[in-house]
Amino acid sequence: MSLDTVKPSPGFLEHLPIEYKDLIEHGPYGEQKKVTDMGKFKELVEEHPMCAGCAMGLFIRLVFIGLPKPEHTVMVGTAGCGRLAISQGNIPFVYGNYGDTNAVATGIKRGLELRFPEQDKDVVVMCGDGGLVDIGFQGLMHSWFRHEKFTTIMLDNETYGNTGGQESGMTQKGQIMKMSPRGKKDDKMDMMGLAEVANLDYVARITPTNPSRVVRTVRRAVMVAREFGATFIQAYTSCNIEYSIPTPDVMQDAFDMEKKNYGFEEKISDRAKAFLDEIEKKDKKKKKK
Amino acid sequence: MNKTVDGNRRIIASQHVKIGQKNRKDQTYTDPNKFFFETEGKAQFLTGSEVIKEAIRLASVGTSVAYPITPQSEAAALIGELFAEGYLDEYFRGESEFAVMGQCAGAAFGGHRVFTTTAGPGTLRAIENFPMWAGARLPIQVCVTCRGINSPLSIQPDTLEMHYLLETGMMVWHAETAQDLFDYILKGFIVAEQPDVHLPIAVCCDGFFVTHTKDTVVLPPTDICLPPYDPYKSPVPAMDMECPPVRMMRDPFVMKSNYISYATHASWQQEVRGAMERSRKHAIALLDGLVDIENGDQEVLFVTSGTAVSQSREAIRLLEKDGIKVGLVKIKTVRPFPTEEIREATKHAKHIFVPEFNMAGWMGREIKAILPDNERVVTAPHVAGGMTMPSEVIVEQVKTTLGIAFEPLAQRG
Repeated sequence: MSLDTVKPSPGFLEHLPIEYKDLIEHGPYGEQKKVTDMGKFKELVEEHPMCAGCAMGLFIRLVFIGLPKPEHTVMVGTAGCGRLAISQGNIPFVYGNYGDTNAVATGIKRGLELRFPEQDKDVVVMCGDGGLVDIGFQGLMHSWFRHEKFTTIMLDNETYGNTGGQESGMTQKGQIMKMSPRGKKDDKMDMMGLAEVANLDYVARITPTNPSRVVRTVRRAVMVAREFGATFIQAYTSCNIEYSIPTPDVMQDAFDMEKKNYGFEEKISDRAKAFLDEIEKKDKKKKKK
Repeated sequence: MNKTVDGNRRIIASQHVKIGQKNRKDQTYTDPNKFFFETEGKAQFLTGSEVIKEAIRLASVGTSVAYPITPQSEAAALIGELFAEGYLDEYFRGESEFAVMGQCAGAAFGGHRVFTTTAGPGTLRAIENFPMWAGARLPIQVCVTCRGINSPLSIQPDTLEMHYLLETGMMVWHAETAQDLFDYILKGFIVAEQPDVHLPIAVCCDGFFVTHTKDTVVLPPTDICLPPYDPYKSPVPAMDMECPPVRMMRDPFVMKSNYISYATHASWQQEVRGAMERSRKHAIALLDGLVDIENGDQEVLFVTSGTAVSQSREAIRLLEKDGIKVGLVKIKTVRPFPTEEIREATKHAKHIFVPEFNMAGWMGREIKAILPDNERVVTAPHVAGGMTMPSEVIVEQVKTTLGIAFEPLAQRG
């Protein structure tokens, strides 16, 4: 149905707010927008109530640009900071119980595949480290081992930011947080390793230091999920409040983390690589024309 | 409260574009009124689990998600056989009841008719999802085959878990027999999916007593089926990107502390309860009333639900031998609760007994809460933990209350 889903009935457009008109006339529908075009098109999420300087806010904005087919995408999230921004996006957002994201996404993806066999419908889970690796771990693992055809994006701020800075499974060892008053005893959970064990076709670890790379990574993950099965992006989206990062230094922290222990990493299966080469070749040809 | 519903009234909104067409199993999509009221049935001798399978065979279900827990495992596996035969679009095993109910929610968000089954501890593990289903207006059906939930562990019949379902916003119906179970499952989909209702429904039965015993059940032919679910009749948008995007599910009310957010949340909860009230007229039409009354003019009445009704029927027979006449009010829907019906039916009763298969006696409390002169209500006998409730125990309770001497069962040796 594409753009038609957001188009109002004839005669109504002129009465709608300017934001809505912009969305219809300059929204990111029908063609993949580039980071370098930011400011020249209407983004799906713009205003949000995230804290000043929040890296997660920036990352989510980029994810929305990276979606290959936003007009046929459904997002699934859960409690946490991320949903405050995601719910402002112009994409249906399912927000269920804490920890149920990958179960709900399984149901939606399978239901939509059966109801619309001729139309690609993308499902993307985007939520925090607590929602995925602590309370949602079972659902996450099973969706991976079942190779469910949707993408999971972890907004890893290494803490429960929304509830005030408690230790999570993704907190670094030794870190003092609420609920780990003597420092975290155990290592940060190795989700990249688990993704490898589960044999996912596309896995990436990323920081928001290179916006174009974020957009490309999201696009790749969603395209591979559509074709083969579960894909995973683990993104460092710092919590400048709980980790006391001064607002002007948020991006510097992301660069530092990237160098130290959060370097960009992409693991692509052979079949996914062949598939991505094919579509990315086509994209290049289009550009040349 | 209830408005009078004309006895001849049938379910509305049954005109589906597919009525008269055939599905891939050569079943004809049939108007629910015709399906329920004009179809000749045939008697069969089946277990309750097999009856669940036979109901789902005719229910045009899109997705069913399964997870093993006694005593519903057999029914859940039999639905898998239906999937293998091509009656359902999708069926798989989830990884826990919490996940199963999430998977059901997803499929319903995506526009499928969804059915699942659970029991006892599984119901409690799943329970966080039920108010979410109701608030999101997902007309999912869960068949609850009740069993014990407390420690020490019991897999035996016990209806305590139903008490936890009462304020979830789901409709809760309670089957007495396998026939009830069959009828309630099919009729439950139709009531739950009415545009002015659109709520989840728990069709409950007593585990083992209903699921694992054989009973005569009259079933319609297998070449007809219910019309499929139409997600575009939902009062909230289907999450399929075929209609304008909605921006959030429940988010804005969670984090904000202002009057508008409270009022919005409260009014939505009222709307869910309003939808429950609106389900009455459909349930009355399809179930022929929310209660069944037998000899309601007697001074002594049994008022209860589930297999406690069956035991009460036998107690009535035993008491009649002793010259004590007792009437019966069978409650079919626990949510919505048949308040007016019970008030009317018990108007002249002097003693109202509520036999129950659970420790809490929650049905007794429900009845006490709505009746004037509720000292008439005797919330007994109760059994729990899988114990049977011999009809003689009910008889003894009646005689004790009425001051009639008897030789206690325990002393008969």
